[in-house]
Amino acid sequence: MGKEERPFKTVTAGEKRGDYRWVGTRTIRPDGIEKVTGRAAFGADLHLPGMLTGRVVRSPHAHARILSIKTDAALALDGVKAVVTAADFPELDPKERGAGEAPVNFRDLSRNVMARDKALYDGHAIAAVAAITPAIADRAAALIEVEYEVLPHVMDAREAMKSDAPLLHDDIFTKGVDPKPEAASNVAQRFEFKLGDTDAGFAEADAIVENEFTTQPVHQGYIEPHACVADTTEDGTSTVWCSSQGHFMVRNFSATVCGMDLSKIRVLPAEIGGGFGGKTTVYLEPVAIILSKKARKPVKIVMSREEVFRATGPTSGSHARVKIGAKKDGTITAAELTMEYEAGAFAGSPVQLGCMTAYAPYALENVKTVGYDVVVNRPKAAAYRAPGAPAAAFAVESALDELAREIDVDPIALREKNAAEEGTQAAYGPKFQQIGYLETLTAAKTHPHYSAPLGPNQGRGVASGFWFNIGGESSAAVHINEDGTVDVVTANPDIGGSRASMAIMAAEVLGVDIDRVKPQIADTASSAYSMLTGGSRVTFAVGKAVCEAADDVVRQLRQRAAKIWDIDADAIEWRDGEATKVGATEGGTLTLAAIADTAGKTGGPISGKANINASGAGPGFGTQICDVEVDPETGRVTIVRYTVIQDVGTAIHPSYVEGQLQGGAAQGIGWALNEEYIYDDDGRLQNPGFLDYRIPVASDLPMIDTVLIEVPNPGHRFGVRGVGEVPIVPALAAVANAVAAAAGVRMSDLPISPPKLLAAIEAAR
Amino acid sequence: MARVVLQTDVARDFANGRSEIEIAATNVRQLIKRLDGKFPGIGARLGERTAVAIDGEIFQEPLLETIREDSEVYFLPMIEGG
Repeated sequence: MGKEERPFKTVTAGEKRGDYRWVGTRTIRPDGIEKVTGRAAFGADLHLPGMLTGRVVRSPHAHARILSIKTDAALALDGVKAVVTAADFPELDPKERGAGEAPVNFRDLSRNVMARDKALYDGHAIAAVAAITPAIADRAAALIEVEYEVLPHVMDAREAMKSDAPLLHDDIFTKGVDPKPEAASNVAQRFEFKLGDTDAGFAEADAIVENEFTTQPVHQGYIEPHACVADTTEDGTSTVWCSSQGHFMVRNFSATVCGMDLSKIRVLPAEIGGGFGGKTTVYLEPVAIILSKKARKPVKIVMSREEVFRATGPTSGSHARVKIGAKKDGTITAAELTMEYEAGAFAGSPVQLGCMTAYAPYALENVKTVGYDVVVNRPKAAAYRAPGAPAAAFAVESALDELAREIDVDPIALREKNAAEEGTQAAYGPKFQQIGYLETLTAAKTHPHYSAPLGPNQGRGVASGFWFNIGGESSAAVHINEDGTVDVVTANPDIGGSRASMAIMAAEVLGVDIDRVKPQIADTASSAYSMLTGGSRVTFAVGKAVCEAADDVVRQLRQRAAKIWDIDADAIEWRDGEATKVGATEGGTLTLAAIADTAGKTGGPISGKANINASGAGPGFGTQICDVEVDPETGRVTIVRYTVIQDVGTAIHPSYVEGQLQGGAAQGIGWALNEEYIYDDDGRLQNPGFLDYRIPVASDLPMIDTVLIEVPNPGHRFGVRGVGEVPIVPALAAVANAVAAAAGVRMSDLPISPPKLLAAIEAAR
Repeated sequence: MARVVLQTDVARDFANGRSEIEIAATNVRQLIKRLDGKFPGIGARLGERTAVAIDGEIFQEPLLETIREDSEVYFLPMIEGG
């Protein structure tokens, strides 16, 4: 079994590739010294004269009507300068509108920033104070009196879908169903994608597997809590310093929530200590802006870790029913998946993306996915690395593992038999262009890991995953300094090494030494708009803008050289960082530094820019191999060996790409084995800290091996594909499949914690 | 004529459930305008909340992207990421 093998390229450490001088090299990271010396300034590091401390008062109830909020006692406390509640923010229209990556319901966003009529989850912001010291702010927060009418709550999607479930909103009428419902519901929307006829496909199958799978909400787990400083002056303008995944997003969201013009807010990006999707929205910034406006002083708000867990993120918990049929030779004849995702307190889970990604790695004639977006009394779900895809892949890739056992086929061979390739119609509709999924399977099959012997109580699992990758609006400027050095200015926070990759691409296009290129991140007043850092888009899309800005510079450099030599610019080529005469005038070069030195005489400063809406993002596919050892006495799972294989297009900076692959897999392993929120019967979170909410640490994991497959994306001059999202997608199922092989029991409910696994082992004995 | 595929809910809400439509257009703006002429109201929906895949390439917020005579055009939800 298996299709014809095609040649592909793998990257090994230290290898120099192609004709590129810098692309594919492991240059020193631009932010390295600042990070290791502690000089890097994160969201909480800014201090301004006269700055106040802000504190947020949060609901202790999972669901409660807010009857009254009394702020007099807090305001009367000496040192308190301002108090805000929802009454200080404008009431917004519920209509969704475009705001960068996807449409946003700003009424919901505003009500998540500050509860208006009801508290919808434990930790929901109710009011905020600003005071001259942290201690006074704490005392003032405690003096805010909130009268609640506690309401019944619901935490689980399937419970929330019942007709007698507590209703979170009286204005949600399920979209996407026919006939349109007359009664309000917790089900915000139904989505459906289908190709062919699944009933006919199942009728052709020799074997059918069916199962149900559940995952728990998990937090993005960034180390740096949310933090910001806002300084709103008497003329109504506000300057905001914060760490986020997009300062233009912060400006847009904050301006809308606060009822301000965009031009009245300037946002300066701090370094960011992790985001993983969780910092693609705002929580504190509008609150700090309004507090500062009322107090006429700068206000800093920093969340505690407890607040981060109670009020931000997570990704959705999910339930899935999967059914896959296949012939004896492994050909899948039909596949279905129905999923319910918990959106949290407001509509908008990533279930639609789960539906679209679930079967994307496979060429299927008959496939149907259905998703339900369900509100529950948990924090509003935020994006998390490949939003919606990991839970869907957990269900599908686990079922494929069962199918492989059922028909006695190697699990990689089963995937090869059905793998999507160029021209395959994706389960969500369009046909794929050039993709590298098969190459990841070939590399997995031939990797030494896949044939290595296993020890006692050990098992091996494989799984695959997909992410679209996106482009979008992006800006870049390249400035040539007087001495010939280069500033590359972009407007996207550097989360995964974008400064290094921007510098590399600029150096490659300009033909200059990387040490002469300095990447900079500009604030909202110093750059054209750029969509946030997310969706695995920055190296691709912003990189495209950097390349175009550098092209603009090269064009200008040739024109300046033409003026110096008094010849036509067409008689000049840009080679290896120098203007070179060609044709009849051949002979003679001018360095970039020489042209820069005379820029004043030839027309003034030399600077290129590009403002684009990037398209052509190449989809990403990955396959992972996981070995686990299960302790049959305790149910504890140890990851023994782990390999991540992924089509990365072209790795601009392989070390960063490898880090993305390792980080994504590590987060997926945590999701599979440990991470879950524990709520009591009243809907109050019991484990809001890293001691009790257990993410993997270095000592929990082996060194994760990576294999970079390079199938260049034709939509980018260097072949870049996004890489950050894919590696979390297969990990949940890779672990669960390995556990099934090791322990002989299928764990369909995550996390696979020791008590649950031990109970399953004992039940199977 | 280009082959146009609508999302299931859009097809149900505006096109009597017809998710596949053949229509002549040279770019996305013209396509949406002609769809709106055929199915009143669909233009506003498609102009606001969707991405478009033209022959496999996904465009967020498209307007003037070229559509060939034999293109396959899929209207999709806008894709966000983490």
